Amino acid sequence: MFPDNYKYTKDHEWVAVDGDIGTIGITDYAQKELGDIVFVELPEVGQELKAGETLGNIESVKAVSELFSPVTGVVLEINEALEEQAEIVNQDPHGGGWIVRIKLAEPGELDELMDAEAYGSLVG
Amino acid sequence: MKTPVHDAHVKAGARMVPFAGFSMPVQYTGIVDEHMAVRTRAGLFDVSHMGEIIVEGAGALDYLQNLTCNNVARLEVGRAHYTGLMLPNGAFVDDMLIYRLADRRYLAVVNAANLDKDRDWFLNHTQGFDVNVEDQSAAYGQLALQGPEAPAILSQLTTTDLSAMRYYSFAETEVDGVGCIVSRTGYTGEAGFEIYAPADATARLWESLLGAGAPSGLIPVGLGARDTLRLEASMALYGNDINDTTTALEANLGWIVKMKKGDFIGRDSLARQREEGLARKLVGFEMEGRAIARHGYPVLREGREIGTVTSGTFAPFLEKSIGMAYLPAGMWEPGTHFEVGIRNRTAPAVVVPTPFYKRG
Repeated sequence: MFPDNYKYTKDHEWVAVDGDIGTIGITDYAQKELGDIVFVELPEVGQELKAGETLGNIESVKAVSELFSPVTGVVLEINEALEEQAEIVNQDPHGGGWIVRIKLAEPGELDELMDAEAYGSLVG
Repeated sequence: MKTPVHDAHVKAGARMVPFAGFSMPVQYTGIVDEHMAVRTRAGLFDVSHMGEIIVEGAGALDYLQNLTCNNVARLEVGRAHYTGLMLPNGAFVDDMLIYRLADRRYLAVVNAANLDKDRDWFLNHTQGFDVNVEDQSAAYGQLALQGPEAPAILSQLTTTDLSAMRYYSFAETEVDGVGCIVSRTGYTGEAGFEIYAPADATARLWESLLGAGAPSGLIPVGLGARDTLRLEASMALYGNDINDTTTALEANLGWIVKMKKGDFIGRDSLARQREEGLARKLVGFEMEGRAIARHGYPVLREGREIGTVTSGTFAPFLEKSIGMAYLPAGMWEPGTHFEVGIRNRTAPAVVVPTPFYKRG
């Protein structure tokens, strides 16, 4: 259920790497825990982020949850579709519900993250 | 503690959370889905955690008149009303429904989180009244059937003519062979009923109602949607919007304060406040953007903190972010602008008329 080619954090985020670009989203487990997502507060394109810094916030009907950047880099692109339809994160968390694309400054950070098997057993 | 319906919730895959000492379902399929079911079809809530206190005796009327702000003398047998259990400062020990079951017998339905406090308050104020007070909470289960389809669903299981029941009236009748109190009340802003049943028959009643309602789209609803529904209907929640420091007048509940009925606990404070005017009042607001104001967030005007958000959510039916807050005098008119502090920024909000939602 968690794509094999993604990396995962203990905060229930995923990173899909293509060259020096990382696409970031939240996991299916996270969207289920949050429930109905109604608003995603996105960062600005061009914003510089360090690993562990706040990337944005996800508001569900029930609660607000902070997003932390799993990597260091510059925001290249945000998923503008979420501004009107935040529920895509519920419907397709590992695909169309991606949140940001970041140009990776320190690709070595990816080694610290979990693979699908390790993440699967964490939330298992 | 578990309600009589607990096993059915777990079996249905509900997400269970601790609430007021009970393991309660917060959601089954999802808050938005459940909220919309109640607005457009029907929803069934297990609210067996609520407290039931029986007040009985020749002095029951005078006793309740002293403890509460609404006029119990005007309450006929077969009718219920919303009222406050009052502190001397005019604020709330709790808010509750009182049912007049018989000439000298009343049922008070109180918040689960306040049951111990309420019971003590009731028992500590019996002096001088010929009255017997009994906490019957464990003996009762309570289900709420709410939504436009609720009357049609319930009428399949009872011989009582539900269409003849007025808002805030009740009947002692049978539902699917179980002796119940069926009350034309609710906490959602929709048509519907609250049903008080013997605890040991409540699980069976839950299944009967779900079965009878399935063809009309009835689904079980958890505490998550109960909260969004009551807020859309601008109904106060004890612990959020009202508490032991907010007076009934400040809470915009002047309609339950009956000064002419005679003396009662809190009357002097409320009379003085009514004369002097209110310094703050609970109002409804809308966020002007997508951000959600939540309980405890600061309310600001020109950068200065002037209050806090008491309740706030995304309203699934209205599809906007709404909330309630106590605002100082001069800021109560719809159209008044202010800001809500959300994390490290502020977001614009505007006072709007309440209720936010009123069924058509």
